[in-house]
Amino acid sequence: MVVTGVDVGSRSIKVVTLDRENGRMIAFDRAETTFNPLEQCGRMLRDLIPGRIVATGYGRRLVQDHFHATTITEIQAHALGAAQAFPGCASILDIGGQDTKAIALDRNGKVRKFEMNDRCAAGTGKFLEFMALAFQVPIDRFGDFALEGKPGLTINSMCTVFAEAEATSLMARGCKPQDIALALHQSVVKRSLSMLRRVADGASLVFSGGVAQNRCIVESLKAEAGVEVLVPDNPEILGALGAALYAAREP
Amino acid sequence: MSEHYRQMWQDLGLDLASHDTLLNVLGSAYQDIYLAQKDRPAGMDYFNFVMSEVHGLRVQELLDGKKAGHPVVGSFCVFVPEEIVRAADATLVGLCTGADFATEEVEKLLPRNTCSLIKSAFGFKLGKVCPYIESADLIVGENTCDGKKKSYEVLSGLVPNLYVMDLPQTKSSPGRMVLRAEYDRFKAEMEKLTGVTIDTPRLKKGIEIVNNKRKAVHRLAQLRKANPTPISGLDALLINQVFFYDDPIRFTDSVNKLCDELEDRIAKGKGVAGRGAARVLFSGCPMAVPNWKLPWIVETSGAMVVGEEACVGERGTRNLVDSSADTTEGLMDAIVDRYFQIDCAIFTPNPDRLDHVRTMFKDYNAAGVIHYSLQFCQPYQIESLPMEKALESDGIPTLRIETDYSMADVEQIRTRVEAFIERIGQ
Repeated sequence: MVVTGVDVGSRSIKVVTLDRENGRMIAFDRAETTFNPLEQCGRMLRDLIPGRIVATGYGRRLVQDHFHATTITEIQAHALGAAQAFPGCASILDIGGQDTKAIALDRNGKVRKFEMNDRCAAGTGKFLEFMALAFQVPIDRFGDFALEGKPGLTINSMCTVFAEAEATSLMARGCKPQDIALALHQSVVKRSLSMLRRVADGASLVFSGGVAQNRCIVESLKAEAGVEVLVPDNPEILGALGAALYAAREP
Repeated sequence: MSEHYRQMWQDLGLDLASHDTLLNVLGSAYQDIYLAQKDRPAGMDYFNFVMSEVHGLRVQELLDGKKAGHPVVGSFCVFVPEEIVRAADATLVGLCTGADFATEEVEKLLPRNTCSLIKSAFGFKLGKVCPYIESADLIVGENTCDGKKKSYEVLSGLVPNLYVMDLPQTKSSPGRMVLRAEYDRFKAEMEKLTGVTIDTPRLKKGIEIVNNKRKAVHRLAQLRKANPTPISGLDALLINQVFFYDDPIRFTDSVNKLCDELEDRIAKGKGVAGRGAARVLFSGCPMAVPNWKLPWIVETSGAMVVGEEACVGERGTRNLVDSSADTTEGLMDAIVDRYFQIDCAIFTPNPDRLDHVRTMFKDYNAAGVIHYSLQFCQPYQIESLPMEKALESDGIPTLRIETDYSMADVEQIRTRVEAFIERIGQ
């Protein structure tokens, strides 16, 4: 039997299908959330063999109502996904489109404690997107662009608007854009680690979410975290994978 | 009837159009949050009625009472001793602080980063939509947190009848002397307001009325310890909210009647949710009418709130006044003894509050604690971090939620609450 996990995030929808018998991934898919996530979900789920669906993410209830899915939170989904991808991992940092989650796991991979940012999207993927736009660098190149920078500058604000103002005034002082971009990336890492350290003190950290595709964030995190940083091959689908694993587990 | 109320509201100086808007919002929120609940006890009908008449019949009663020589005293805090108000034949009511109103006007007078509760009190005054504050012969402010005490300086320019009560900040013997001196001063103020001399029998009577009201909510709290819980946290919160508005004797009666029904439910093993529903204890800032956001999120996410360590809840209502003394002096001391135990976060240090949360967690068979702070409420926000740490190290799962009165963050909070329920349900 095929089971499906759907993670409806603020920026993108991820779908993972698993073979329930052996737990192996059959396929995964990713699409923009757009302003009509329901239609997007419909398109992505259309060609799947009917089977159990578990939804997670911001739009989980939408999927629940329209596709007879059950739901779990992103927190639990990431815990399940991370435990599968990296058995024995102690904590997870997930930076998505508008959420940052820090999760501490117990020895059995269960959620021991978690923190999430509040309604403000400071320091999330959205923050990096805004900044990339200000630098006129495509978002998928923004990390590499920042890696060209030299360390030394700091950005103190985490509010998107204030940080942009700070970046602008650094530019006005003649600082190199790459150096400023590096400082912006480092500020995201600093904020995320402070959230993580409120909940977790484990030995290994799984880094997931769309922002884990940004090389500069990954490098800075590795340099600052003080623990082993594990990045899955497709970091943005960890939540959908967890949801699919939950679907496979249900009797 | 409603025409009659309109005249009354107009006479009180309310802005009728804004007031209509408020009543509509309140009515539909009550419909969606309260009346939508399943398996409510029949005894909640009384409280539905109270809520439907909260700006109508109850205000009419207060105005009739004023004519009959019972002035109205409005308050914002559980430190204002109702016993003394009652002893002087006056009526104490809680003033409106549970919803955003006229925020733009408020922010002309107060900084944006003032907590929702304080802003709300100002909003109801500036928007002219609170019949209670307009009915009040005396408004009692109290020096609790910095936000409140500085705001009262501003409020004194908006109302002609503000009386500010000082409060101690430490549980020391000088602190106790401050409270005693302030309660003596308040007693004199009540006598001045009403023309009544508060003697021993009057004070005993006041104590008896308020003790009975507290005993009724203590009984309700006891019944919530049952599994399954016989009443939702939302309904129990509402009762604790109505505690501040209603005629105390009628309220006591209605709560006791409800409790009879709940005892019957418990005997039959009947509850508002299955035995398996996760039991959550709230701790933190007060939730004034119509601030039902967090319990609504929790209880529509599959858990049940079984207790509130809050001023609208057990922190505000626990402990009775010992009425055995036979002098006014002795009774005043007994009143001070009771109120001095309130473990509000304005006290420093305030270890009793953490102990109380631990005790409640055990007594109510809770599976987790949700700490609720209003944004910009420093005393509770600051206590929340060490409290979370202490509780977690005792093995008590704790979730900190910081929010305000807007509904903008409902989905973000829901995700955290659901994840917390997943965690405590494991």
